[in-house]
Amino acid sequence: MNTINMSMAVVVAVLYGVGFYLLLQRSLMRVLIGIVVLGHGANLLLQLAGGPPARAPILGSAPDEQIADPLPQALALTAIVITFALTTYLLALGYRSWVLVGHDEVQDDIEDRRIAHRRAPEASMGEEAGSDDMSEDEDDPGSAAASGDPVEPSVTSGPAGSGRGVGR
Amino acid sequence: MSALVTLPVLLPMLGAALTVLFSRSAFVQRLIGIVVLAVVSAVAAVLLVAADQGAPVVAELGGWPAPVGIVLVADRLAALLLLISTLVTLAVLLYAIDQRIADYGRETASTTFHPIFLLLSTGVSLAYLTGDLFTLFVAFEIMLAASYVLITRRTSATRIRSGMTYVIISLTSSLLFLTTIALVYAATGSVNLADLAERVGELPTGLQTVLALMTVVVFGIKAAMVPLHFWLPDSYPNAPAPVTALFAGLLTKVGIYALLRTQTLIFPLDGPSTLLLVIASLTMLIGALGALAQDDLNRLLSFLLVSHIGFMLFGLAVFDAAGIAGTALYVVHHITVQATLFLVSGLITRRTGTVSIDAMGGLAKTSPALAVLFAVPALTLAGIPPTSGFVAKLALLQAGAGAGLETSLVAGVVILASLLTLYAMVRVWVRVFWGAEKPPLTDPDPTDELIVGTARTAKPMYVATGALVAVSLTIAMVAGPLSAVTGRAGQDLFDRAPYQVAVLGEERTP
Repeated sequence: MNTINMSMAVVVAVLYGVGFYLLLQRSLMRVLIGIVVLGHGANLLLQLAGGPPARAPILGSAPDEQIADPLPQALALTAIVITFALTTYLLALGYRSWVLVGHDEVQDDIEDRRIAHRRAPEASMGEEAGSDDMSEDEDDPGSAAASGDPVEPSVTSGPAGSGRGVGR
Repeated sequence: MSALVTLPVLLPMLGAALTVLFSRSAFVQRLIGIVVLAVVSAVAAVLLVAADQGAPVVAELGGWPAPVGIVLVADRLAALLLLISTLVTLAVLLYAIDQRIADYGRETASTTFHPIFLLLSTGVSLAYLTGDLFTLFVAFEIMLAASYVLITRRTSATRIRSGMTYVIISLTSSLLFLTTIALVYAATGSVNLADLAERVGELPTGLQTVLALMTVVVFGIKAAMVPLHFWLPDSYPNAPAPVTALFAGLLTKVGIYALLRTQTLIFPLDGPSTLLLVIASLTMLIGALGALAQDDLNRLLSFLLVSHIGFMLFGLAVFDAAGIAGTALYVVHHITVQATLFLVSGLITRRTGTVSIDAMGGLAKTSPALAVLFAVPALTLAGIPPTSGFVAKLALLQAGAGAGLETSLVAGVVILASLLTLYAMVRVWVRVFWGAEKPPLTDPDPTDELIVGTARTAKPMYVATGALVAVSLTIAMVAGPLSAVTGRAGQDLFDRAPYQVAVLGEERTP
């Protein structure tokens, strides 16, 4: 069983902490950076799983007991390539989302929006008509696209997603 | 024989490369896809027979013996799931091709769809066959990376939101998986599953529990078990019908398969697992109740998918040979029927132009073929005799009733969840197929991949869906031999020794 030294354990813990904190943010950019940081943490942990640092694992270059375990290095290398590729894809997706929606916020899911709509009439009767329209929109997949994110703006900046960066 | 085990991984990968090369010709692309998947099905059938009559078929990649090298192992369970998965993939591919021809004409080639589709199949095959924890991670990544592209392809503003949720959740679970691998390696110095089966047993109990829990969480997210299911009903319904069918049929089941493999081989238990029993009950009930609250047909089916993940978890939670065998049988049945239902839902959506159940009606009169195609898998999912769902549920119930009081109680939940499933399906039937006819709506967004409310539903799409219904009926017909095979597969998993002997050789196993 390999154990790791304290400083490395702290580094990994901080990377995981920061990563998960950023994952819970609303902005997609922060989520993405969170995934990158979390990936670094996981890869570092994978490296550390191989035991303390030692000589390069080339047969004959050093006595066997001084050679580092090559397997975690190979695993980490593979994992780095995979996380890198997927980060790139997520970046592209984030850009696409920005082009289509006009902001990079991760939006509420349909269920959350429905519950918010259900509560909305109780809070302010004036908005009832507007929210009814939207809940009808959600029934078919295409036109829900047009309404985008109906809840967020009404919470922060009054009714309906007015001027929500469509022209940006 | 051992070279055959590599084919289900190699062929789709080569096929994906070839479809990129021939991206100008729609015909060649389609031909490559169909031929590759048909050959892989045949190979999987051969592997199943070989594994069932003799020992698991093992291939040592690069000639390095386990536990140093990477091994591919086709035992009864892996070969069986590989066979049914490839058959379903093939039917979905046929449906997708027919849909494309109906929408865009015979000549329009798609540069991305076929390569990505075959890569997804590669990932699924590798996940079933691999005998190595890290290769399992790689397999998941191949499969998920392909699924990211499929779910966000030609996306619209709504679909990009759900696609985003899906990608972020999957990436997070993958990173947790990586963490688990690091911890397992630090504790044992091995990633080979058969080797781990011995080494993890020597660790302190607390550490074993932590590692077991981490695998349950990681694969639980992939399999969408409650309370880690929230992403599924939100992301699956927004993809085009063939993609949703493939995801619903295969991706969550690969998670269940990974759970089955790791929990039985590496973290065996003496009796029923209370934690898994609780999770299974919650999954069954929350999924079924969630389905009752839905108006969107695809979301309803997604919630039912979550509910039925609970059935499979129940078999694993019972943790004896009968329970594991029941889960294996249920996975085979559910892969087929869930994919079929999503394909039928795609047909319904094309015809009516909406996914809202309230906006449909009278389809039984206007489209009797659709009614038959829906009724058979719906009854199968609910588990009405003599369908395959009944056989699979009976196996689970028998296992549950024979393993003590708490599993018998959860077996009651299984019956309740089945009744709720039946109710949800009857509700869909009454609203969609009976009642007054309603005119089809027009496509609200003609630019995106989802084409709805069109009369251009090609006959071949019905044929492809009908083929899957036929597969499902065949499962019911061969239920006797099939449950004998899954029974032996469950016994193998429970005993652990056959797998270890096949991978490591006689002398290394106790």
